[in-house]
Amino acid sequence: MPGSGVIIAVESLSKTYASGVRSLESVSLEIRRGEILALLGPNGAGKTTLINIVCGIVKPTSGSVRVDGHDVVRDYRAARKLIGLVPQELSTDAFESVWSTVRFSRGLFGKPDDSAHLERVLRDLSLWEKKDAKIMTLSGGMKRRVLIAKALAHEPRILFLDEPTAGVDVNLRRDMWAMVRKLRESGVTIILTTHYIEEAQEMADRIGIINKAKLLFLEDKTQLMRKLGKKELAMQLQKPLAAVPEALANRKLTLGDGGNSLIYTYDSNVADTGIAGLLDEVERAGIVFTDLRSRESSLEDIFIDLVKERS
Amino acid sequence: MNLYAIRAIYRFEMARTFRTVTQSIVAPVLTTSLYFVVFGSAIGGRVGGIEGVSYGAFIIPGLVMLSMLSESISNGSFGIYLPKWSGTIYELLSAPVAPIEVIIGYVGAAASKSLMLGVLMLATARFFVPYEIHHPFWMLGFLVLTAITASTFGFIIGIWADSFQKLQIIPVLVVTPLTFLGGSFYSISMLPPIWQKITLANPVVYLVNGFRWSFYGVSDFAVGTSFAVILTILALCFALIWRIFVTGYKLKA
Repeated sequence: MPGSGVIIAVESLSKTYASGVRSLESVSLEIRRGEILALLGPNGAGKTTLINIVCGIVKPTSGSVRVDGHDVVRDYRAARKLIGLVPQELSTDAFESVWSTVRFSRGLFGKPDDSAHLERVLRDLSLWEKKDAKIMTLSGGMKRRVLIAKALAHEPRILFLDEPTAGVDVNLRRDMWAMVRKLRESGVTIILTTHYIEEAQEMADRIGIINKAKLLFLEDKTQLMRKLGKKELAMQLQKPLAAVPEALANRKLTLGDGGNSLIYTYDSNVADTGIAGLLDEVERAGIVFTDLRSRESSLEDIFIDLVKERS
Repeated sequence: MNLYAIRAIYRFEMARTFRTVTQSIVAPVLTTSLYFVVFGSAIGGRVGGIEGVSYGAFIIPGLVMLSMLSESISNGSFGIYLPKWSGTIYELLSAPVAPIEVIIGYVGAAASKSLMLGVLMLATARFFVPYEIHHPFWMLGFLVLTAITASTFGFIIGIWADSFQKLQIIPVLVVTPLTFLGGSFYSISMLPPIWQKITLANPVVYLVNGFRWSFYGVSDFAVGTSFAVILTILALCFALIWRIFVTGYKLKA
């Protein structure tokens, strides 16, 4: 696997905690070198457990994980050297300075002191001015940046971001997105979990959806949206309807906006969407519309549909 | 061997000591100095000597050992408990470090702090009570070995504890009574025969006696026995820590 297109290979990975909670059930996936992979899923779906097993924080019940060809259990040193982790919780050494905690992280991962690299990381994250400040004096957003700086201190080739923008303001979120893109340009593989579907839609090359310990889907983002995405055509009616007229019963129509709009859902990938015929039928049925609007389903719609469907 | 990781842990822990110098160094030295003043200078002058050594001088090795044990356990346990409590343990668990490197880093720093304290206490005692060191190399050996052993024991407590209260249970309810009843202030030959036998089950007795022997050449046991007991405790602690890391007890889910 070293040098190949796959940097992380997860095979039949399962985890059942001592409490009996099954957090992962035979999950297999391959993460490509240099990509941004977003893992979506509701709380407790198993995203963090998956990350924690790859990073060595949680022991797998069965299955295997290889990072650049190194088994994360047997050859943990080589595997972990490649990985940086930004955890979900804001766990910091509250009484330490930003500089000392970042320097500690670099040493812990087996790298010699390199003040120039640490300065670069802190400057990129707008933390340089705060390098001597105690972490406890920083805002939540700044603490989040410190965690990212710690994860980047040893120049990892793979970066796990476990809900990196949870609870941060819009500006900081945009800054982080820019930073993630910059890292990807430098060849770093990025795996992020997020609750913000907008974030996955904006950033990811591929999207994985995890629910109830299972990987439901792992697809290229554009393919996923093309395959599962739907389009809607909404007709704004002159007079509200109480129900979809009998004459249009064979169409996929619903009423919206309290009967003031008629919504047609169709597959945009097929040659004949049926829109032309529908408009004729609507006219014949004596329905007058004042406006027409079309909307493509977002990743959020797809996510909600998928999770509902497989629950 | 990930030497950079060992250095990082050691440096991080030592920095914490110097940042909290009053609590880490000044307070224990002051407390022990008060013992020297009260028991050594004030009361010691009115108490007869033991085994040819003045009472003030007799209790110095025991007092230093008492403080060293307490501080080593405290340092060793706090060092690993703090990242567990704050959640930063994730970084240690996800780093490319072997258990032995983690132990060397944390226990090494805890033992270094205790050694610094031990030397400071001995230097301070000199102001109040005159004493001699007959076997300086043995004295240093006991000092180093005790610091390492007690810090390793503290490290185990730090992993076991899941609250600040638990962190204190063993040091307060077990170690402190054992050290006070471990011959710090008396020779066990002064006890009734039955208590002399019971005392033999207290490992601290061997530490104190071995240490005292290195000062004055007097001990209730052969120095080899004391040394062997410390080494056995250290070996047991290492075996336990090894088991902890293999099973992930209280560290990994």
